[in-house]
Amino acid sequence: MLLSLQAATVRFGGRAVLDTVGLDVAEHEIVCVLGPSGSGKSTLLRAVAGLQPLDSGRVLLDGRDRTAVPVHRREVGLMFQDHQLFPQRDVAGNVAFGLRMHGTAKNERAARVGELLDLVGLPGAGRRAVASLSGGEQQRVALARALAPRPRLLMLDEPLGQLDRSLRERLVVELRELFGRLGTTVLAVTHDQGEAFALADRVVVMRDGRIAQTGTPLEVWQRPADAFVARFLGFENVAEATVDGEAAITPWGKVPVPDGAPQGTHTLLVRPAGVRLVPTTEGLRCTVTARTFKGTHVTLHLQPANAPRLEAACPLRTAPEVGDEVGVEFDPTETAVLH
Amino acid sequence: MAVPVAFFAVFFAYPVAAIVQRGLKSDGVWQLGRITDVLAQSDIRHVLWFTTWQALASTALTLLIALPGAYVFARLDFPGRQVLRAVVTVPFVLPTVVVGTAFLALVGRGGLLDELWGVRLDTTVWAILLAHVFFNYAVVVRTVGGLWAGLDPRQEEAARMLGASPLTAWRRVTLPALAPAVAAAALMVFLFTFTSFGVVQILGGPTFSTLEVEIYRQTAQIFDLSTAAVLTIVQFAAVGAILAVHAWTVRRRESALKLVDASVTARRPRGAGQWALLAGVLVTIALLLVLPLAVLVQRSLTAPAFGYYRALTDPDGGTFLVAPINAIGTSLSYAAAATAIAVVIGGLAAAVLARRDAGRVVRGFDALLMLPLGVSAVTVGFGFLIALDTPPLDLRQSWILVPLAQALVGVPFVVRTMLPVLRAVDVRLREAAAVLGASPWRVWREVDLPLVRRALLIAAGFAFAVSLGEFGATVFIARPDNPTLPVAVARLIGRPGDLNYGQAMALSTILMVVCAVALLILERLRTDRSGEF
Repeated sequence: MLLSLQAATVRFGGRAVLDTVGLDVAEHEIVCVLGPSGSGKSTLLRAVAGLQPLDSGRVLLDGRDRTAVPVHRREVGLMFQDHQLFPQRDVAGNVAFGLRMHGTAKNERAARVGELLDLVGLPGAGRRAVASLSGGEQQRVALARALAPRPRLLMLDEPLGQLDRSLRERLVVELRELFGRLGTTVLAVTHDQGEAFALADRVVVMRDGRIAQTGTPLEVWQRPADAFVARFLGFENVAEATVDGEAAITPWGKVPVPDGAPQGTHTLLVRPAGVRLVPTTEGLRCTVTARTFKGTHVTLHLQPANAPRLEAACPLRTAPEVGDEVGVEFDPTETAVLH
Repeated sequence: MAVPVAFFAVFFAYPVAAIVQRGLKSDGVWQLGRITDVLAQSDIRHVLWFTTWQALASTALTLLIALPGAYVFARLDFPGRQVLRAVVTVPFVLPTVVVGTAFLALVGRGGLLDELWGVRLDTTVWAILLAHVFFNYAVVVRTVGGLWAGLDPRQEEAARMLGASPLTAWRRVTLPALAPAVAAAALMVFLFTFTSFGVVQILGGPTFSTLEVEIYRQTAQIFDLSTAAVLTIVQFAAVGAILAVHAWTVRRRESALKLVDASVTARRPRGAGQWALLAGVLVTIALLLVLPLAVLVQRSLTAPAFGYYRALTDPDGGTFLVAPINAIGTSLSYAAAATAIAVVIGGLAAAVLARRDAGRVVRGFDALLMLPLGVSAVTVGFGFLIALDTPPLDLRQSWILVPLAQALVGVPFVVRTMLPVLRAVDVRLREAAAVLGASPWRVWREVDLPLVRRALLIAAGFAFAVSLGEFGATVFIARPDNPTLPVAVARLIGRPGDLNYGQAMALSTILMVVCAVALLILERLRTDRSGEF
């Protein structure tokens, strides 16, 4: 393992911000830590970088204990949330900073800076002032600066957090392609699930300083570990249910579940696509309370008489209006029984 | 941390302790009754009373005259505004001795008013009060005007939209936001005028004497060191109380005000009222701030062919052992040494105080650093005189004594200038450098230093100007054969004769020019309003 975090604990006051967290990152792997703000994900990065001392536990890089090594000798890279470019230096000065600190010769430095600026798509920008850069350009310079000393592990703190949506979607593809080409080992944190799923080989979901789930993006998306992870991923149709054979007893009545689902009391998730609209004479009777246009489809809020609200996705063509009465049936392939 | 603490322990706490001991201990027994004995003397009571009421009157007069100025500089945009802002600041860094001589030239015997209308104010308290206003105008304009310029005018506009009249909007929205700054400025002015020395020494004559002047008189003329010590203790207590209140108002001022870029809040004057106000402020500045300095220069030139200036090079004037012109060299080298000391000590202290994890003890040190600023130069000088004359710290014969005292007075300026800038350096910028492999020392050199270099220069400039003009402490400890500029001026003023008077004016002019040039260079360096001065 390139990075091994063992029972890492950080307390602020009496509160554990990191609570005995264990995490391994293999060489060339891209791992994304996903969680709401305050879940401890930034502290995790700071602990690995050495900016935040651990109250207990260990940080191993390449199998060697680096817990007591000061920040500047850990040789990991960190790209800060709002870039933190040095305002008094130009672009080249920023990118070359790490190389200078490591005593790289001047001509070699200049060559490497040029190479990196080409790599991040800013050829010839070396003399530009940092203040004259757009948000996306700053992000690229920050990336080049972090990559310059060839860190074994590159960490990204909300790498695309402050950029606008279309730029973010483009850059995340570029980043993944770039890291794949360079073989960089990456540990990133974000609160944006779309970003995490697009970037990562493996996603780690954090909650209150603990790891709630790890898995590939597909695994996490298809089978969230628990109600918290499901809700954090944006699923609303989550409820306690008792599974008996091929159906579960839920507040919405009987819902069919996939074959081989665990029996007994569990949390049940119905994805919006699994809520199918049928005539009011069939299925669960609901009132449409909201209708949101999402481009490719329409999201509906459906209120049954004596049960929690349901979220459904349906094509624009067949979408009912607010106030309409509809019937609801459930699709077993779009339901999941959690833990 | 250790270096600034040690510096203050040896050169501030120890002399102060020596004063206390000298004042209250005789034959090894503490005699706290000394304080009441001294305070019971009617002439001392008279000094205390005068010190307090002239400080109150000076403060009120300064606020009255300078608040319209604060408004004009904050909210009105007119040609020459930047230059005028710098001009207004010049008096604050001028040596008190220069201010004293300038007002003497304006309102004193044979002064401009005397010549024109036969009016003399130097025997009245008005000369002192006007000189104090001259001196502290910039304090109010800077402190209040700086905040005023940053207040978002849309706050008032919002109040107007909600149905408030212009006056009500100002009274309910702007005034409460300004009040803490006005209070802080008023306290600062009160403090400076309460501990006024050079101005009163020159303009007060035998009639008017503040605590500072009395301490000096008791020491240098009556040689009653224990009475001087008791007076110093009284002054120390008063200043401590004022500073505590000041620290409290500053803390309140820092709370929860959202400021906007000052350059967007000023507008061209509109309507007769604003034009009249602008004209009034300009006339005030011309009469009160510019005229005295102009008269000073004019008086120094009344002898034909720069006669007074040429007389400065003559060692046979009799007042000193050396030609007065030598005082320039002495002053400059002392000030340079003092600046170096103040920047090192103040810079280290500011670096410690700027750390975000600074605890209560360290923050207490912050307040302590301000003490020498208020605890009057005379206290410092007197303390040095009685404390640093015995081994192992016998510095009486050493030239370093004067720079040390001047540095002590300069350190608070350095700290006040550096601290806001250091605090504004984003801690994550330092972290970014560390992650890229910079050791803590490299982080300071590569990240902090480039960002604070400008502030460091400004701090050094202030320390230099303050050291150059320092009078109260220097007059105690400067060697007779090596006077500094202010000391030489004061001595020349104290002697009769036109030549001495003219030489004092000439030397004062030189001192003023050096200080003003230093300040104007600083104003060019200062693009932001860093620091409080």
